[in-house]
Amino acid sequence: MYVAVKGGEAAIQNAHRLLADRRRGDRSLPAITIEQVVQQLGLAVDRVMAEASLYDRSLAALAVRQARGDMIEAIFILRAYRTTLPRFGSSEPIDTARMKIERRISATYKDLPGGQLLGPTFDYTHRLLDPSLLGDGAVAEPARKEPGEAVMRVSDILDSDGLIEGDGTMPEGHVPGDLTREPMEFPMPRDLRLQALARGDEGFLLALAYSTQRGYGRTHPFVGEIRIGEVEVELDVPELGFAVSLGVIRVTECQMVNQFKGSANEPPQFTRGYGLVFGQSERKAMSMSLVDRALRTEEFGEDIVAPAQDQEFVISHADNVQATGFVEHLKLPHYVDFQAELNLVRRMRRDYETARDGEGDMKEAAE
Amino acid sequence: MSATEKRADPSEPAAERRDAMRLLARATLAELSAAWDSIADKPVVAPVRGPETGLVMVRGRIGGSGDPFNLGEATVTRATVRLSGGEIGHGQLLGTDKERARYAAIFDALFQSPAHRPAVEALQRQIAARLLAEERRKAEETAATRVDFFTMVRGED
Repeated sequence: MYVAVKGGEAAIQNAHRLLADRRRGDRSLPAITIEQVVQQLGLAVDRVMAEASLYDRSLAALAVRQARGDMIEAIFILRAYRTTLPRFGSSEPIDTARMKIERRISATYKDLPGGQLLGPTFDYTHRLLDPSLLGDGAVAEPARKEPGEAVMRVSDILDSDGLIEGDGTMPEGHVPGDLTREPMEFPMPRDLRLQALARGDEGFLLALAYSTQRGYGRTHPFVGEIRIGEVEVELDVPELGFAVSLGVIRVTECQMVNQFKGSANEPPQFTRGYGLVFGQSERKAMSMSLVDRALRTEEFGEDIVAPAQDQEFVISHADNVQATGFVEHLKLPHYVDFQAELNLVRRMRRDYETARDGEGDMKEAAE
Repeated sequence: MSATEKRADPSEPAAERRDAMRLLARATLAELSAAWDSIADKPVVAPVRGPETGLVMVRGRIGGSGDPFNLGEATVTRATVRLSGGEIGHGQLLGTDKERARYAAIFDALFQSPAHRPAVEALQRQIAARLLAEERRKAEETAATRVDFFTMVRGED
């Protein structure tokens, strides 16, 4: 029998009204605008877009504001919104080789075509709190220089010598899988794993990536290349018969170069892990590429000995909306469930006491 | 046949329209509405579809150039209009701005009308110039952060 209990309607209404008040905060301060969040908290916006798996800077900023800065709540809100929209189609694959580069670094080659372009990075800052940001002081215009030669992929440099495995291929005729349309099944092909990792929780992937470095499934990684910048998104429009550009999105790509694999038929080559994330999110792209490589363990005939190599463990727990849903549901009323548990534990205690008393009686009888 | 193969040849008229649509997708509302206001003999515009907002699944490639995978979705707004001259125009752009999508559809339709095409081309030049200046500025700002390595010699010989 299932008994529904109603109640708390007024309490819930007032709680939400209180939430709105606390979200707004001190009314003597100006309210933050969506444009301000987009412009000045851009990396928070990027994280929400990446993990909600929905590219829309304004809506992600709205979600951040609505969630009072709670990132997972904001991701949840944006995920929920996407379910209300129809899907028009799938884009042509974005071409990261033609990215308008805003940052590009390599840890494997010092001098490479296009050079090391640091871009707007936190690297080499001293991580000291900056008191000038307490106020609203003038900020200098960026320096400018004549752009140099075009950048080249590091993987292409290694590939030209045959020293690295090629870009990933799927079996002939494979249609890219879509986690939002099909239930998860294991073993999961690499294209679906990459989709799951691209929307996976940054903290979870960071921890797993770190675990591989500490020896739990070591892959001997080098950052071949990280690049951040804008790429065009093109959609094939059936009415027109050709693909048209819808505009540009910013993405972060990481090519991780890992230690060798060879066989009787193939000479040793570097292996690779790949990371691609919406927005500017280097930590996430790096973590993704490390975990991607770790999850290819079986492909290279290696043993699964660590959590980061176990695809069912990694993929099933990477989604923070699913995770928070299941963890947080524990706070919802479980009154009836708990009554049943209470009855059970009382009965077990009675049985225990009866057994103990019975044992006592037996002992006495024996003596 | 893959979508890449049926991509229009640059010499075809379709390629010109594709270029126009590419720029219209990146036009600001101010650019579009100003260009519309400056058209003297405005045709009557009838909506055919939308404007409506939906999603496009953005695909990436494994390893950068390998086989495709689904990266995540993006919001897209599209519209289709018919002009009193019979031209049908499609507008589609990233984001949720219905007004911009409707204008993009109108200018795509105007592009097909010989009388109005010069106005669309003027708008295209304006958008292209703005984008080029923005890209140039960003490229120069990035170039200024390029590392110039130098070697420090320590000790003697």
